[in-house]
Amino acid sequence: MAQSVGKQQPKPHLREEWVGRVYTFLCILFLLLTIFSMVYFVASKGLSTFIINKVNLAGFLTGLKWSPDSEPPLFGALPFLIGSFSTSILAAVIAAPLGFCAAVFMTQIMPKFGRKIMQPVIELLAGIPSVVYGFVGLSVIVPLFRDIFPGQGIGIAAGAVVLSIMILPTITTIATDALASLPAGLKEGSYALGATRWQTIYRIVLPTTMPALLTGIVLGIARAFGEALAVQMVIGNSPHIPRSLFESTSTLTSAITLSMGNTVMGSIQNNALWSLALLLMIMTFVFVFIVRMLERRSKL
Amino acid sequence: MKKTLMLIIALVLTFTLAACGGKNNAGSGANGTTNGTNAGNGGGSADAGLSGSILATGSTALQPLVDQASKRFMEQNSGVTIQVQGGGSGTGLAQVSQGQANIGNSDVFAEEKLEADQAKGLVDHQVAVVGIATVVNPEVNVDNLTKQQLIDIFSGKIANWKEVGGNDQNITIVNRPASSGTRATFEKYALGEKVADVKGSIQEDSSGTVKKLVGETPGAIGYLGFAYLDDKVKVLKYEGVEASEETVANGTYPVWAYEHMYTKGEPDAATKAFLDYMLSDEVQNGDVVDMGYIPVSKMQVKRDVEGNISK
Repeated sequence: MAQSVGKQQPKPHLREEWVGRVYTFLCILFLLLTIFSMVYFVASKGLSTFIINKVNLAGFLTGLKWSPDSEPPLFGALPFLIGSFSTSILAAVIAAPLGFCAAVFMTQIMPKFGRKIMQPVIELLAGIPSVVYGFVGLSVIVPLFRDIFPGQGIGIAAGAVVLSIMILPTITTIATDALASLPAGLKEGSYALGATRWQTIYRIVLPTTMPALLTGIVLGIARAFGEALAVQMVIGNSPHIPRSLFESTSTLTSAITLSMGNTVMGSIQNNALWSLALLLMIMTFVFVFIVRMLERRSKL
Repeated sequence: MKKTLMLIIALVLTFTLAACGGKNNAGSGANGTTNGTNAGNGGGSADAGLSGSILATGSTALQPLVDQASKRFMEQNSGVTIQVQGGGSGTGLAQVSQGQANIGNSDVFAEEKLEADQAKGLVDHQVAVVGIATVVNPEVNVDNLTKQQLIDIFSGKIANWKEVGGNDQNITIVNRPASSGTRATFEKYALGEKVADVKGSIQEDSSGTVKKLVGETPGAIGYLGFAYLDDKVKVLKYEGVEASEETVANGTYPVWAYEHMYTKGEPDAATKAFLDYMLSDEVQNGDVVDMGYIPVSKMQVKRDVEGNISK
């Protein structure tokens, strides 16, 4: 009896089930479509430098000279690669200790004040437009470095300092979440054995959450790697490998934004910029891959 | 098993859709523009008043001038909508030659950027002249540089101000990127040759940043459009000639360039009216002067794409 009634009326939970299913499927389809068309666009543009314009791939990756307007045009992207890596890794080196300390403070030492005030303030940093960071870097950090160190002030060091502030929210937030999700039993066990608070943090909390902390660092580096505007304003943009941290150099992103609008779509100069973009995208894939590896190693 | 199958189907679907999507977009984009122009023509013939929509895109240096003039033009001709976009000279020239924009704004001659066959169909409308001055940090005590000295500085042969009569101070070059129209003009008319980027030189793509860096960095040298000159930077003479509106107009100061507005073939009625308006006294003696450009009408000399000067 109950069964026949159920069959005659449309079952609301089944309808809900289907609405949900179709909705999620459409969203995923749209997402995949966007991602694949982006990848396809950048790849087809970037590869045409090598396929249509016959630029040597090995020369592109290891060449030291970038002068797209000379005769013959030279496309050596190594200075940009070195610039990008050194700037973002140096930024992570500066930001990681700060981020970890902030996370430890917010979860272990003063959870109430930290969670309520510190975390929103640090997350606020993520909402500031990058042009503001760039301008602050150009007006404060560059003159400061120019006075203290030999050189022009602009360069990898200035870029790294600006980027370190920009990636601080990423590293701090991920570290805080990781530390907060640590089972209370671990810490209590440590205290029960007579360890002090610092011993517990240093010997138990940090080692256990290390993979998650590393994930934060890698995501921070990925963010720094892709940042264009702020870096472009303080790095100097000369396509050379610098002799010091305070000499003008370029990153992949700054080279792209500097010339993209002034080159004609389809020309060899423009295609070479898309090749840089492709390189940037491949590097981001590598970073994502590293994060996945770290997550798999996580003990939590 | 079922999941893998679903995933494969999803992927295949995505790829086919992505492929279609790409083509459709390109198609609809082109259609949109042609429709726009057609509508403009149709409207124009129906009544005497002008109507249609104009898309002007390209040079960011020229953008503020065109933008301001277009607002006034739209007030006077309510049937016309003009959209002014940036993107750079290269983008503007490419879009107008492909028919995606009605007007392509450019700092350089189309022949210098595009392939010969692409540039052939474009009609040049020169709306203003921009003068470019060599600027240095205010503490540099040099007032004049010759062409050869400039070449030696920008190619890195001279690296200290004392070699050209200044103090013992290292020279910092603040350059524009190789693709920039301002740099092309400076290299062509001030240096007479293309120079490679010197190690340690700075490159910035906005005039504001160039000015800030030249003004603050000791021993810095760069070049700026006349519109950006003020007491924060020191303007140098070129071969003994002062950089000013008069010296550009009478042809004694050679470092200047036209601001171009290109159309593909002859423009339609609305676009032509707007270009005429750009050359009218109202704009030439008003907005053009206000924004630091030199009116085309004031020029006593003319220059063609090869750089030949005629009176």
